Amino acid sequence: MKRYSVFAIAREAARYHSGWSRAWKSPVPQKKYDVVIIGAGGHGLATAFYLGKNFGITNVAIIEKGWLGGGNTGRNTTIIRSNYLQDPSAAIYEKARSLYETMSQDLNYNVMFSPRGVMMLAQTEHEVRGYKRTAHANALQGVSTEFISADRVKELAPIINISGPRYPVLGALWQERGGTARHDAVAWGYARACSDMGMDILQKCEVTGVRSIGGKVVGVDTTKGAIDCEKLAIVVAGNSGDIARMAGFRLPMESVALQALVSEPIKPALDVVVMANTVHGYMSQSDKGEMVIGGGTDAYNNYTQRGGFHHIEETVRALVETFPMISRLKMLRQWGGIVDVTGDRSPIIGTTPLGNCFINCGWGTGGFKSIPGGGWATAELIAKGTPGPLCAEFGLNRFTEGRFIDESVAAGVAH
Amino acid sequence: MLILECPYCGVTAEETEFHGGGEAHLTRHGPDSSEQDFEDYLFQRENPKGVHFERWRHVNGCGKWLHAARCTLTLEVFGTYNAQTFEPPKHIKDAITAKRPGWTWRTFS
Ligand SMILES: Cc1cc2nc3c(=O)[nH]c(=O)nc-3n(C[C@H](O)[C@H](O)[C@H](O)COP(=O)(O)OP(=O)(O)OC[C@H]3O[C@@H](n4cnc5c(N)ncnc54)[C@H](O)[C@@H]3O)c2cc1C
Ligand SMILES: [Zn+2]
Repeated sequence: MKRYSVFAIAREAARYHSGWSRAWKSPVPQKKYDVVIIGAGGHGLATAFYLGKNFGITNVAIIEKGWLGGGNTGRNTTIIRSNYLQDPSAAIYEKARSLYETMSQDLNYNVMFSPRGVMMLAQTEHEVRGYKRTAHANALQGVSTEFISADRVKELAPIINISGPRYPVLGALWQERGGTARHDAVAWGYARACSDMGMDILQKCEVTGVRSIGGKVVGVDTTKGAIDCEKLAIVVAGNSGDIARMAGFRLPMESVALQALVSEPIKPALDVVVMANTVHGYMSQSDKGEMVIGGGTDAYNNYTQRGGFHHIEETVRALVETFPMISRLKMLRQWGGIVDVTGDRSPIIGTTPLGNCFINCGWGTGGFKSIPGGGWATAELIAKGTPGPLCAEFGLNRFTEGRFIDESVAAGVAH
Repeated sequence: MLILECPYCGVTAEETEFHGGGEAHLTRHGPDSSEQDFEDYLFQRENPKGVHFERWRHVNGCGKWLHAARCTLTLEVFGTYNAQTFEPPKHIKDAITAKRPGWTWRTFS
């Protein structure tokens, strides 16, 4: 792999950019791999990357039914934060956030990580109390966050209307080291690094069956033929239930649509990420100038990557109230992704009823921020066969044993 | 936008008049059940690609709970029916079979 650098740009500029090589290979599948990962989203690719980097396991295939990063990884609103309430969540999200800080250097790929600060507005007395509690929990977890006043909110984001008639802003939970990153670049950067380590990324290859003998996976059936493996990892977000069914087990999870939209580009007006969970909307401004907007999920199970338009209406209504200046903005694009929502709104990373089959799913509305942490933990799980400290609490057995990692009350909105 | 018909008041209305209530026909295991059964009731979901049975409440209407049979791949609604039942009535099953032959669900088909 040729390194990207200022010298490479200068060299290529001098020869009309004729010397760039492809960022990743498009190989034909081998008969067998040590590890097969289903799903080339952020989590699948990061899992492969850390398998190679941390454990030297490189005979790996990442199988993707569409194009890499074309699932939720390429559809999200890119908010990165780690101000969660529960200790296991704070640990894995903070690990991920800290890996984002050096990701561009680690991957030699500009992922445009922008730690511009994330604020979660408190617009009811309950939220004030809840966020103060989270700030205290974060202090104990070593995650730096603070509860700020409404005046400080106005200072950080002057376009916010803090004295709205329905829900005046009473303060906010502020994480200065949170922010955004370029979602596609995260997938592309990991893919390029994985391909460079000799791993095979098999795009337009759908897994249609999981073959097992005596409680152990031996391989998968795909639209490009059968592929054998020593170990299998299922990292397919909203499609997890489908693959689990092929493998013969069920998941405590449902797949629903979550939508986002972006406005026409305007001059810089908002240089922090703002989330307004009571009224159900959040917004940040991309480097291109578009306002990036998201809200809540649809109410029903759905695999169509389309959501109901009334949810867009609800989100926009909430945001116009919070940011009156956007009322005349035109919206350019709107899309949906199928997110994998668990009973306690926390992810599942762990072993499955099939001994050599592992799963990473259930990130729901908030798993972009966790991509490097989730990949790190899943790689360790696959390499050692048992969960390491980062994901020990996130196993499937927590639902039987009642050890929930309840983030539903803590967040209450998509993010 | 889904269009649903309330089987009680007969109103056909847009989805915004209703409130989604999740998977229908769950077996409600009680306090003396095994951990597995209780997990099943509380958390395990079919989440199929295809025919799905689900609960809705006619919140901005008569206020009653109803059931709907719907396809999660096409968002097509096969029909709605009374919630006081363990299985969908025959005409709903027939409507589904006409469009999705061979469908199955937990304990019935
Ligand atoms: C609108 C929206 C906004 C969001 N906003 C945020 C946010 O601001 N911050 C945040 O942290 N998170 C956010 N999320 C959530 C985040 O996008 C996801 O949690 C995260 O991207 C999940 O990554 P993944 O790799 O697990 O899944 P994906 O990126 O969905 O990857 C799974 C891959 O598996 C493939 N696959 C599925 N079935 C098969 C098969 N049978 N064979 C082969 N391949 C298969 C899919 O094609 C897909 O590419 C948002 C999500 C949406 C939809
Ligand atoms: Zn009614």
